[in-house]
Amino acid sequence: MRAAPHQVVFKSLADPTRRALFERLSRDGEQTVRMLTDTSGVSQPAVSKHLGVLKHAGLVRSRHRGRETHYTARPRGLAPLVDWMSDYSRFWQDRFDRLEDLLKRMDP
Amino acid sequence: MTAPSSLVIEKELPHAPEKIWRALTQGALLKEWLLDNDFQPIVGHKFHFRSPAMPKWDGLIDSEVLVVEPTTQLSYSWSALGLESVVVWTLVATSSGTLLRMEHSGFRPDQDAAYNGANYGWQKFIGALERVVAGLA
Repeated sequence: MRAAPHQVVFKSLADPTRRALFERLSRDGEQTVRMLTDTSGVSQPAVSKHLGVLKHAGLVRSRHRGRETHYTARPRGLAPLVDWMSDYSRFWQDRFDRLEDLLKRMDP
Repeated sequence: MTAPSSLVIEKELPHAPEKIWRALTQGALLKEWLLDNDFQPIVGHKFHFRSPAMPKWDGLIDSEVLVVEPTTQLSYSWSALGLESVVVWTLVATSSGTLLRMEHSGFRPDQDAAYNGANYGWQKFIGALERVVAGLA
């Protein structure tokens, strides 16, 4: 089965290093791979690989300038995750209502 | 747009924690309000919730019991369509009944444990996510 968009987004953000990279780009704006490597505590190839996964998930975009690649967060990439959350929110609200109905019918 | 934190639902109910605990942990009662299941309140028990099948999905939710603290806390994993999440129920007795809290997180807490303790935990990330989402509109 082809992965649903929310799965791709969740899986790419399930890794704490990628989550930290995405958060940093969201907070601080555009960064080069080198700038991200200096503060991430992992090697440049590892940072590049993580950024590739985030890019595939639509969470960041990149552009080349000179010899450096610049990355920017793409907040709209979070939309599938937000949709997933709001679907489950409706689901649980409905189930809470049913639980309350059941509790009224149960013995104390 | 709904913020991701909407996955926490908290409600004060005019029922004792012991009674709500039964509704959360007895398979037959659980089926009445949540989903058909073969749940047992035993840590490590693997079970399924069964929701109606849909095209390309058999409707099975793979779960495993993670925490059972009678009348106070219950937690199980919730895996569907290849995505593993976790549901945590917390019950707090109040003067008029119980404060019931449900939290459904997109990641298992142990996926965070490997990295700098809680520095980049899910809760912190959700906070960041809310700011990002708020900026989307």
